Amino acid sequence: MAKAQQDQAATPPAAAKAKPPASVKVSPTEMTGAQALIRSLELSGATDIFGIPGGVLLPAHDALFDSTILRHILVRHEQGAGHAASGYAHVTGRPGVCMATSGPGATNLVTAITDANMDSIPIVCVTGQVVAESIGTDAFQEADIVGITQPITKHNEIVTDPAQIGRAVQEAFHIATTGRPGPVLIDVTKSALVAKTTFFWPQPFELRGYHPVVKPHSKSIQEAAKLLATARRPVLYVGGGVIRSGAWDGLRKLVDASGAAVVTTLMARGAVPDSHPQNLGMPGMHGTVPAVTALQKADLIVALGTRFDDRVTGKLESFAPHATIVHADIDPAEIGKNRIVDVPIVGDLKDIFAEFVPALAEEHRKHGKPDLEAWWRQLDHWRETYPLGYTPTEDGHLSPQHVIQRIGEITGPEAIYAAGVGQHQMWASQFIRLERPRSFLTSGGLGTMGYGLPAGMGAKVGAPDRTVWVIDGDGCFQMTGQEMVTCALNEIPIKVAIINNSSLGMVRQWQTLFYNERYSNTDLHTGHDTRRIPDFVKLAEAMGCVGLRCDKETDVDATIKKANEINDQPVVVEFTVSRDAMVWPMVAAGVSNDEVQYARGIAPVFDRED
Amino acid sequence: MYKHTLSVLVDNQPGVLARVAGLFSRRAFNIHSLAVGPTEHPEISRITVVVDVEGLPLEQVTKQLNKLVHVLKIVELEPERSVHRELLLVKVRCDVRQRSEVLQLVELFRAHVVDVSPDSLIIEAVGTPAKLEAFMTALSPHELREIVQSGTVAIGRGGRSITERALDRSGPESAGTE
Repeated sequence: MAKAQQDQAATPPAAAKAKPPASVKVSPTEMTGAQALIRSLELSGATDIFGIPGGVLLPAHDALFDSTILRHILVRHEQGAGHAASGYAHVTGRPGVCMATSGPGATNLVTAITDANMDSIPIVCVTGQVVAESIGTDAFQEADIVGITQPITKHNEIVTDPAQIGRAVQEAFHIATTGRPGPVLIDVTKSALVAKTTFFWPQPFELRGYHPVVKPHSKSIQEAAKLLATARRPVLYVGGGVIRSGAWDGLRKLVDASGAAVVTTLMARGAVPDSHPQNLGMPGMHGTVPAVTALQKADLIVALGTRFDDRVTGKLESFAPHATIVHADIDPAEIGKNRIVDVPIVGDLKDIFAEFVPALAEEHRKHGKPDLEAWWRQLDHWRETYPLGYTPTEDGHLSPQHVIQRIGEITGPEAIYAAGVGQHQMWASQFIRLERPRSFLTSGGLGTMGYGLPAGMGAKVGAPDRTVWVIDGDGCFQMTGQEMVTCALNEIPIKVAIINNSSLGMVRQWQTLFYNERYSNTDLHTGHDTRRIPDFVKLAEAMGCVGLRCDKETDVDATIKKANEINDQPVVVEFTVSRDAMVWPMVAAGVSNDEVQYARGIAPVFDRED
Repeated sequence: MYKHTLSVLVDNQPGVLARVAGLFSRRAFNIHSLAVGPTEHPEISRITVVVDVEGLPLEQVTKQLNKLVHVLKIVELEPERSVHRELLLVKVRCDVRQRSEVLQLVELFRAHVVDVSPDSLIIEAVGTPAKLEAFMTALSPHELREIVQSGTVAIGRGGRSITERALDRSGPESAGTE
């Protein structure tokens, strides 16, 4: 299987792997619960599973041994399995699957499940559970994982009857992928796995309480179209829902037809190409000045698959004070949760755009196109005055922004970029030009350090023909770096850039800005003039990867090119960068977006004529 | 703060109450009282929950509850168009000399004595929360040794059945969704 995974930059992806068998029928057959579980996963369209076996899950992995459809990737920690499933789901649009045994195996999944829940990623998690008669006795490796994951899954279920396994799996895939996507967990007891059952497919299931709204109300769309056709300072506030829905084509039509300004949140980076002239970039705490300010000054915000997160709005009471709000989302609970909405639209964005675009054309026909020239003059002025940028470092060490920017420029937009959490994540979002949806993976809602590497691994499994670069930090890498072993052994040749600033950089930045430079517990001792523990190059080599180090600006391009040429092994490149670089612009936590700082102590001056 | 009474119809499955109750606590909504029991359909249970919230958060409660896969339907029962009842059991210390005085109160509030011993009475009272509060105030000169009270249960007035409508198609038309 691995032979075919030749990695070529800038080539279009091969056709997606095996499609879910839509209407395969299996007539009643005798088998064990474990076999029923594996058959159900196969029949649900799964082709790859990330997991680790264990005591009560042994029967499942035994049955998996016979599967010719499922590739099981043996990870080194269950958290890695969960994030890999997320990364896989993100790039393929199909649910990721992970499997863990009872007790510690299951609890190790918790962070990854929470992460997927916050970012609405469809994953199906299968956990083993102790035999049914031992439940509640504090048996060996028993944990109430259904109880533990209730608040962090879209749905979960314990299965004790082997006859219910097929139904539970079918429901899990259905729930994970429909409506607002999310993680679903099925906890299967060992007793159910070993018992005999009669398996058949498809399994009838009835979810009386689950009817996601997909079709939007036409009336609200017409109202929204009218507002968009007449607004003078309109902004399309685009969130990750556009990517989950696969609605970027429809979005593009709306963007082009409306002529409105567009901002793409961290979760939506790539949903509209960065090269699109209307794209102002990312809004929020570390967003571009034009994006942040456009929202503040807008008279109309059309929010699309987004949830007015505090990292975007800043101090909620002063967010976009003049704007009428149209909010389109598939989850009715998001409407009005944070910001009062004038025109709510509940539905799938694909369906919404299909009606919105013609409705807008109709409004234009009636009233003519709006004159947005003054708005764009203003926006362009901000773009020219406050472009994204960075100053050279003062200590002579590499500038992290330069490294990340060059990785993006040299590798190109056909690649997939995964980022951890922290400064390097923000710089990746700011300085890598993203032209495609599903090409940027990062942990948004939960802010999970260590997400990037296993997510990148999952992405490479889902899209083996794409180059995958993980932009990681020295802190992040030390949380989930052991999955490089998984990558090396399973021939998953991802590339990891460790942006090594020898510290927990984002926390350090806050210490610099808000804690009088008291650097409590943020020094990681991995960089210049330190003991360099661990030595990332040696560590990479020890894990079966190519390890490269770059600490001079003149070597940056050559090192990136060298990494790009290695396609038969995972590569870890350590870039030792200046620890004093900071992420700008910035809106401090809890402060109004009007107080955005372009750089330290430099706040843009806006005319107040609006 | 105004109290709202929600009737939540759920699949009669293990763990559903925990899901509903857990949702309230993690979204920081206050539950005033909660009662759960069977309905005329064996596969459906009914949770009556009284919440202390204002208008906008109530909509959030309802919408978040609606997202639970086992929640079939949520109906807010307005006080004027529904009947609300609680059950109170109270153990009152009273010897033979005080008994008639207590029994008078029992009669006045249309309560019942369900257990008698030489130095105590157990009284059962059913009514609206307001009536039970008044009853307790009336009893307060006596030593109340033990009090146990149920959550509110409530039912809409008139001939319509919310369970029937839920079974029809427990769709997104439930309270609070768009």
